[in-house]
Amino acid sequence: MSTHREKLRIDDLHAFYGESHILHGIDMSVMQGELVTLLGRNGAGRSTTLRAIMNMVGRRTGSININGTETINMPAHKIAHLGLGYCPEERGIFSSLNVEENLLLPPAVRSDGMSVEELYEIFPNLYERRYSQGTRLSGGEQQMLALARILRSGANILLLDEITEGLAPVIVQKLGEVLVMLKERGLTILLVEQNFRFAAPIADRHYVMEHGHIVEEVHAHELEAKTELLNTYLGV
Amino acid sequence: MATFLGINLFGLFGQLLVGLINGSFYALLSLGLAIIFGLLKIINFAQGAMYMLGAFAAWLALQYLGLNYWAALVVVPLAVGLVGVLMERFLIRPIANEDHLYSLLLTFGVALMLQGVFTHMYGSSGLSYSIPEALSGGTKLPFMYLPDYRAWIICASVVVCGLTWWMIEKTKLGAYLRAGTENPQLMQAFGINVPLIVTLTFGFGVGLAGLAGVMAAPIYSVSPDMGSNLLIVVFAIVVIGGMGSIGGAILTGLAMGVIEGLTKYFYPEASNTVIFLVMVIVLLLKPAGLFGKEA
Repeated sequence: MSTHREKLRIDDLHAFYGESHILHGIDMSVMQGELVTLLGRNGAGRSTTLRAIMNMVGRRTGSININGTETINMPAHKIAHLGLGYCPEERGIFSSLNVEENLLLPPAVRSDGMSVEELYEIFPNLYERRYSQGTRLSGGEQQMLALARILRSGANILLLDEITEGLAPVIVQKLGEVLVMLKERGLTILLVEQNFRFAAPIADRHYVMEHGHIVEEVHAHELEAKTELLNTYLGV
Repeated sequence: MATFLGINLFGLFGQLLVGLINGSFYALLSLGLAIIFGLLKIINFAQGAMYMLGAFAAWLALQYLGLNYWAALVVVPLAVGLVGVLMERFLIRPIANEDHLYSLLLTFGVALMLQGVFTHMYGSSGLSYSIPEALSGGTKLPFMYLPDYRAWIICASVVVCGLTWWMIEKTKLGAYLRAGTENPQLMQAFGINVPLIVTLTFGFGVGLAGLAGVMAAPIYSVSPDMGSNLLIVVFAIVVIGGMGSIGGAILTGLAMGVIEGLTKYFYPEASNTVIFLVMVIVLLLKPAGLFGKEA
């Protein structure tokens, strides 16, 4: 047995929204404690990959193995209980709930989630505004809340969709520190990211997507050698 | 006769009491509707029929099973709630992805069928159900006589509505419900079985109508059209309170009962229309309803 356990393995994943065929046979895997990014242009299928893992797309075929369990035919509400925490691109803060209710909302999927006190320590802004309506928070605070609530649930595989989008540099930096801290604690992270400069220093590997395919896999140590190739794919 | 500024206080308080009683039923029924609409976006036209079903179930339980009022108060809402659960699971869920008009027509059809069946079996003249012994007395107040049963209805309705409000607004289960309304897909991704919550909530909302039916049996006659008469008024109340607003439905229900009672005293000819007049004014000034959130 290898020291790195495979937490997520996807084989020949196809996903559909109604008639549109979005993902065309994705193969990828993420090991325990790894931070892997999905890079690519808008519409390449990165968010759909995360949504397909959570069974939030119309239809999907292929194989998605989470922690050794095949989930392709599993109902959506059972998937989180395998230890997954999903943070959607639009953050999904509930306006009918206050900050603390939002934080306490996701049920525990594993027993060793972070405590509310610990999370308030990491994100003091949330503590100060704990009785505010969830959607009254600033974009950065909402992002912290969206991240904090899945950490409380005890999820140890995090699927994070564009968490730095539209945020001020100081908040992006804070989120980067939090991700590094989570990685040190052994959490597994799959990150959809537009901001390559944010992702590059903290990620172990990158998958590059285009038109619903994975077109390139880049390890952290290959970044320099493959910079030009990445620039072509990402158009930066 | 006691008068104040030319107002007959006995008559006024009498009508206020009738208004509060009606308001209690409005509140229970519109609360159920608001919960169902709020979570499922289903306009449940069968809510009136479920109220009628509750009253008939109480009558039948007494007649054939010897179940008294107090037992019916517990058993009937559960039974009616179960009817709601089955209805959601097997009739409404299959068309859940269609336009809301489909579920509206479907529930309307269910209501007409139930009403037809009960008319066929028991006629339309109405059956009587006697007030439970313990509540058959009354209290003499300065300006009116307050029958115990009516006092009980007002108290019970306020308590049930209050508890329901507390459960939805202040508990974890309520948070699931509110969040599930807002973003069901994300709630599924958090590991919550949203379809199950939807079914149980529908059952609960319908069960409230069943409870109102049991409470109504001793004071209104138990008849097949008792629900359809009430339903349109209750819909107007939900619109005034703000579609989907839980607290709004409760407060508006009680308030509209009182307004109706006052109108009955001051200008009886308008008492059947006053609620709709309020609805028109509210829709013109605040289209989302008094307690509704602007879209």
